[in-house]
Amino acid sequence: MIQHNFKLILTFIFSINILLFSNFEKDFQTQLILVETGGIIKIPSGEFEIKGTLSIEGKNNITIEGNDMNNSILSFINQEDGAEGLRVINCKNITLKNFTAQNTKGDGIKAQDTDIIYFYNVKTEWTNGPKPTNGSYGIYPVQCSNILIDGCIAIGASDAGIYVGQSKNIIVKNCEAFHNVAGIEIENSTNADVFDNYAHDNTGGILVFDLPDLEVKDGHNIRVYNNLVKDNNLFNFAPPGNIVGTVPAGTGIMVLATSGVEIFENDIIDNKTVGTAVVSYFITEDPILDSLYNPYTSSIYIHDNKFERKPQIPTLKHEIGQLMFLKFWKDVPEIVYDGNPDPQYIDSKGKIINENRFCIENNNNAEFLNLDINNNFTNWYTPFFTSFSQDESSFTCRLPRISPTILK
Amino acid sequence: MYEVIKYIWIIFISLGISGILDYAQPKLSDYHFFNGPLKNQIPNLNVIPYQISTPLFTDYAHKLRFLVLPEGQKMSYINPENFDFPIGTILIKTFYYPIDFREPKNNWQIIETRLLINTNEGWFGYPYIWNAEQTDAFLEIAGDRQIVSWIDLDGKPQKANYLVPNVNMCKGCHVSENQFLPIGPKPRLLNCNFKTTEIKPYHQLEKMIQMGLIENLPEIESIPITANWEDSHFSLENRARAYLDINCGHCHNSNGPAMTSGLYLNYSENDLHKIGYYKTPVASGRGSGNLKYNIVPGNPDESIIIYRMESSDSGIMMPELGRKLVHKEGVKLIRDWINSIESN
Repeated sequence: MIQHNFKLILTFIFSINILLFSNFEKDFQTQLILVETGGIIKIPSGEFEIKGTLSIEGKNNITIEGNDMNNSILSFINQEDGAEGLRVINCKNITLKNFTAQNTKGDGIKAQDTDIIYFYNVKTEWTNGPKPTNGSYGIYPVQCSNILIDGCIAIGASDAGIYVGQSKNIIVKNCEAFHNVAGIEIENSTNADVFDNYAHDNTGGILVFDLPDLEVKDGHNIRVYNNLVKDNNLFNFAPPGNIVGTVPAGTGIMVLATSGVEIFENDIIDNKTVGTAVVSYFITEDPILDSLYNPYTSSIYIHDNKFERKPQIPTLKHEIGQLMFLKFWKDVPEIVYDGNPDPQYIDSKGKIINENRFCIENNNNAEFLNLDINNNFTNWYTPFFTSFSQDESSFTCRLPRISPTILK
Repeated sequence: MYEVIKYIWIIFISLGISGILDYAQPKLSDYHFFNGPLKNQIPNLNVIPYQISTPLFTDYAHKLRFLVLPEGQKMSYINPENFDFPIGTILIKTFYYPIDFREPKNNWQIIETRLLINTNEGWFGYPYIWNAEQTDAFLEIAGDRQIVSWIDLDGKPQKANYLVPNVNMCKGCHVSENQFLPIGPKPRLLNCNFKTTEIKPYHQLEKMIQMGLIENLPEIESIPITANWEDSHFSLENRARAYLDINCGHCHNSNGPAMTSGLYLNYSENDLHKIGYYKTPVASGRGSGNLKYNIVPGNPDESIIIYRMESSDSGIMMPELGRKLVHKEGVKLIRDWINSIESN
C-alpha cells in the first residue's frame, strides 16, 4: 500500500502546519513517531507549552537533544492529557540530553522497558516549591537496563527526584537533587553505582529500597560512594499513603530491606535525624502479603564515610525522631541499625554468616545506635524505657567489596 | 529560522522509509469500507459489525465497531483471550456523539475513526479525524483535541474536551509483552448477542461461523462469557470485574504496561491481593489520595481505586488516558461491588 505521493502530501500538510501554526507539540510528537533509527530530534531554545504526554515507543538508537538544560524547556504547566511529561517505552539505545521537563502533572520523564537509556544534563523540576501536588518522580527509569544518569538536576518531586526502579545496571553520577522527598532513590534494582552526586535539602538524601508486591524484587549490589549528602531536613511532603512518606525528615542515606549495599567515602553532613539508617521493612509497620518478598537487610558495609552534624533537634513529626530526641536530645547518633538480621543467614550457633553481616568500619565522627527492634519494640512504650546499645564492636567488620557496575 | 529548519527536516524524514505510514491510506474513504455517504456508516458486505459485552468508557462517546478480513481468509480461535487474525485484517472503530442522547439515531457528530491494521510488521493503530462537514476523515498520527457537547439522557447539556489519541497513545493501551494487540475482539468478549433496534438480536459467534469467518472454534458453550456490566442478570462481582477488565485490565495485567504497579485487574486474575485487596500502592504519588490500600473490602471510600475513578485530574485519575469525565455509572458499579465484599 505504499504510496510515495501520500508521503509527499503528508509532508506538505505537516510543513504547512508548522509554518502557519508553529504547533510545537504536534510537530514534536510527529517527529517522535516518525523518527528513524539513528535519528536526532532537536529541542530548540525556548519554552514550549505541551498539553499532553509526549511519547516515543519501539525506537532504536535515537537522541532527543536540547541546546542546554536552562534554555530548552518543555513546560507542562497546562497539561491536560496523561500524567507524564515524556514517556520512553519499549526502546533501545536512547539518549536524552540538555533539556528540562517542567511542572508535569505526574512523573517528569519516565522510561520503561528500555535497554540502554542515557540521561545527560537533563532537568526535571516543579517550580512552585515542594508541594504534595507535584508529580511523583522526576527522572524515572523503571524496568530498564543499562541506565546512565549523568549531570542531571531534579527539583521538587513529591516522591523521588531521581528514581530508578526494578532495573539493572545503573549509574547515577554528577547529579544534583534538592527539594524532593527523596533526592535519589534506587528501588528493587540490581547493580547500581551512585557517586559524585549532591543530594541536599530533601526529606531524605539517598534511599536504597526493596519493596514487596512488585514484579522485580531482590535488589542487590548497590554502591553509594563519594556523594555529598547534606541538610536533608525538608519536611516530608509526600502525599500520604506512599512508602516514601514514612521517611523521617532529616535522613541522609537510608537502606530499607535491601541486601548487598556498600556505602563509602561519602560526606554526610547536617542531616538532623539520622545520617545513615539501615532498616528492615518491618519498620514501616505495613503488613507483608507477598510471600516471595524478603523484608530484611543483609551484607551491608558502611565504611570510610565522613559524618558531620551540628547539634540540632531531630524531626518530631516521626516516631523515630521523637525517640531520638528523648534519648539523645540534640546530639543523635549518625549510624542507626534496626538490629534485625535475616534469619536465613543465622547459623546453628546463632551467629550471622560472615558475608551476610552488617559491618561498619573506619567512619569519621560516626556514633552508632542499635535499635534492636525485636527486643526493644515489643510494646509501643518499651522503647522509651530501654537503654539502647551503642556498642559497635560486634559490628566492626569488613565485607568483600562490591564490584563496580559496568554498563553494557 | 527554526521553522525553515523544521521544514527541511520533516521533508527528510517523510521521504525516508518509516514503516508506520506504509500501511495506511490518507483518508478513511480510500478504504471503501462503507456504502453510501460515509457518515451513515453503512458497511459493505465484507465489513462485519460487531459489539463487545462490556465496552471501554470514553467520555460517553458512542461507538461502532467493524472488522474486515482479507478475502477468503478466516480468523482462528486460539483461546478465550485471543483470535489469530490473518495479516491484512482491519479493525474499525468509529466514535460519535448523538447531539441528543435521547434520540441516539439522529444528528451524529462523528469525531474519529480508529483503525487497527494487522501487517507483516505487526499491528498498527491509526486515528482518522472527521471533518466538520462529516464527509470524510483524515489520518492524523499526532492526534488532536476537540471540544464536544451533547444533551445527556436526563436532558442536561454536557461537554468534554475530547482527546483523539496519537499513534503512540494507541500503543500505550494496546501493548502486551511489547506486542501491539487488539483489545476488544476477544472470543470471551464477542460471546454475546449483537443488539440493534433494527434487527432481531443474534449471537455474534454463531453468526460469524455461519458466515465462514472463524475457524477452530470449540463449542460455544465451552467459551467463557464476560459479563455485560449493565446487565443485572450477571452477578455484581462479574459485572464489576468485567468493567475493570475492559477499562483497566489491558494495562493492569502481568504482561501489560502497568505491570510495574503489581496491580492486576484483568478478568482472569484470581489472586485477591493482586486485584488490590489490602494492596499498598507503589508509585501512585498523589494518586493514592491519603489512602493505604487499592481496595478495602466493604469500604469504597477507603479504596484508592474509587478515589482515582472519581477524579478527573490527569495526575490522579485512572485510566490516565481516554477520559476527561468521571463515569458516574461505572463508579457506582465498583462502589457497590466493594461494598458487597465482606471484610475479613
